[in-house]
Amino acid sequence: MSALPYLLAKEFKQLFRNRLLPVIIVLLPVAMMNVVPRIATQEVRNLNIAVVDLDHSTLSSRLTRKLQASECFNLYATCRDYGTAYDLLEEGSVDFIVTIGGGFEHNLNRSSETDVMVSVNAVNGMKGGLGNSYLAQIVTQYARELNSEKGVATRRPISVEPRYLYNSALDYKPYMIPALMAMTLALLVGFLPALNVVGEKERGTIEQINVTPISKIELILSKMIPYWIIGVFIVGFSMLMAWQIHGGVPAGSVCLILLFSMVYILTISSLGLTVSNYSDNMRQAAIVMFFFVVIFIMTSGLISPVASMPGWAQETTRLNPLRYIIAAMRDIYLKDSTFVQLLPQFVPLCIYGLAASLWAVISFRKNS
Amino acid sequence: MPIVRVENLRKRYGRGRVEALRGVTFDVEEGEIFGLIGPDGAGKTTLFRILTTLLLADSGDAEVDGMDVRKDYKAIRRHIGYMPGRFSLYQDLTVEENLSFFASVFETTIEENYHLVEDIYGQIEPFKGRRAGKLSGGMKQKLALSCALIHSPRVLFLDEPTTGVDPVSRREFWEMLRRLKERFGLSIIVSTPYMDEAVRCDRIGLIEEGRLLTIDTPSGIVGSYGQTLWAVRSDKMHKLLTDLRGIGGVRTAFAFGESHHATIDPKALDMAALRDRLKGLGHVGISIEEAEPTIEDCFMSLQKGIKK
Repeated sequence: MSALPYLLAKEFKQLFRNRLLPVIIVLLPVAMMNVVPRIATQEVRNLNIAVVDLDHSTLSSRLTRKLQASECFNLYATCRDYGTAYDLLEEGSVDFIVTIGGGFEHNLNRSSETDVMVSVNAVNGMKGGLGNSYLAQIVTQYARELNSEKGVATRRPISVEPRYLYNSALDYKPYMIPALMAMTLALLVGFLPALNVVGEKERGTIEQINVTPISKIELILSKMIPYWIIGVFIVGFSMLMAWQIHGGVPAGSVCLILLFSMVYILTISSLGLTVSNYSDNMRQAAIVMFFFVVIFIMTSGLISPVASMPGWAQETTRLNPLRYIIAAMRDIYLKDSTFVQLLPQFVPLCIYGLAASLWAVISFRKNS
Repeated sequence: MPIVRVENLRKRYGRGRVEALRGVTFDVEEGEIFGLIGPDGAGKTTLFRILTTLLLADSGDAEVDGMDVRKDYKAIRRHIGYMPGRFSLYQDLTVEENLSFFASVFETTIEENYHLVEDIYGQIEPFKGRRAGKLSGGMKQKLALSCALIHSPRVLFLDEPTTGVDPVSRREFWEMLRRLKERFGLSIIVSTPYMDEAVRCDRIGLIEEGRLLTIDTPSGIVGSYGQTLWAVRSDKMHKLLTDLRGIGGVRTAFAFGESHHATIDPKALDMAALRDRLKGLGHVGISIEEAEPTIEDCFMSLQKGIKK
């Protein structure tokens, strides 16, 4: 192991001498922690609506004002007829058209029953569905208000009062942040080793290294240890940023987060190195790594929860180390899960870590 | 005992389709400069990669300093210096960092073996803070040679060190090799596609298509040429070559610098008859002189002998 310190010194010199890499290593976590949690949200807000008020009465304009006051909606326009509003929907300016029919007030006063037509742009199904249910809530609430004003007893058979556990404000960010950390690691600690060894192959420098007495294991360690250090730095840096920017601190132990991260870093960096060993050039390595990382991210539960995938797909996600780290990170961050509770995540991660590092060692050749 | 012993080495590539080495046998004595000379694709690099333990041969034996390239590859790596054909030092490290890195991985220091590289590294030391990638071609080559020497190897393997180097640097480089051999008794195996560099070696092996055509000293090879070589010139050089090849009794004819080198069967043709034939074919300003054969002429004639 006598050459290892020199090899490591060389790797770090090369890393810091690279004009782009140190910047990327800092910039990517900044972007991931700062920007992505704000935009990768599944909350539905700022929906544009157009109201077609054919009644022009006190009660109809009160409904319009209620819609306007809602946080979810922007009243984009009040139109005189449905055709004008539909044009707005077609050009994409509004997502919803609320049509209040003529005789709205009249009907309400006489029979307490009337209709409101809602047209929804459902190209984005989730946005349409959620928006529709918000709208229905507002209209129902309005109807209840009117009834109580008239002294009609409102029927309230069951009242539902939700209590949101672990994340009482229903804030999407604390859910995304721990998962985004795992994703940042996959991108940096997975890709950098994948491009490193094959880069030496491409530049021919590996030839010169191969005729030295440096042992295989020393060489592999010199290619992995820098990325372990970078990986731990990324996790720490990301947690610090999440705390400073979004005010979120992990509910569970930071040590546990670091432990899981380290096993995961070992897995993903070994996978990168293995890809590098099999590749002849950097382009090949980048494409293969890209394939793995994209598939891993899509099936990790980062975007759509694993539990809502079809059965066979849920089974295949068991091959995905990212799935386990994301689940573990979220549980530690939000639920203060303990090590024992997280064993179902820890054991598969360790198995993948061991398998990937063994594979990296076996596939590494000093001669051919 | 020879420092490098190669016996009947064979190597195929591409699932056996390409035969890179077809049974190569030679010895290199301690303290000599041995040149492997042959065109691109002759198998020189394959041979080097086998001897430097980077590639396994399909069959045959090879020993470096008494150690088997297959079994004792780890020990061999401590005792050889290898300079691949392509510049393969770290371009993003400085001159000094490269040299001290290669010293460290061999568990030594620049200071310890400075006497070995003084002559060569001394020339680029003023630029030791410069990144290797920013050096000129000649300087890169000196750095590469320094890095291959810094651990005091017994044998130096230089794969086409002068390819793509200007004539002055080439001459300088051969001077450096000669001094290394004289001062430190280093054994050097060097390959080159340039026939004119052959005379710089103590002994050479002419290699083509994975086979050694001959192994001898440069003068020995020239001396065994065994035919009279004629330098033929006229005003129409291009036509002359095709005409020469068409004349009965002309054995070989090759373009060689300013004249064509030809060998002639003396029983079928004499010089006066040749001159007449050429005149008859419309050549003027004909000159036919006896020429000193070069390594290239020997290579051509040996190559022709193999093909027949």
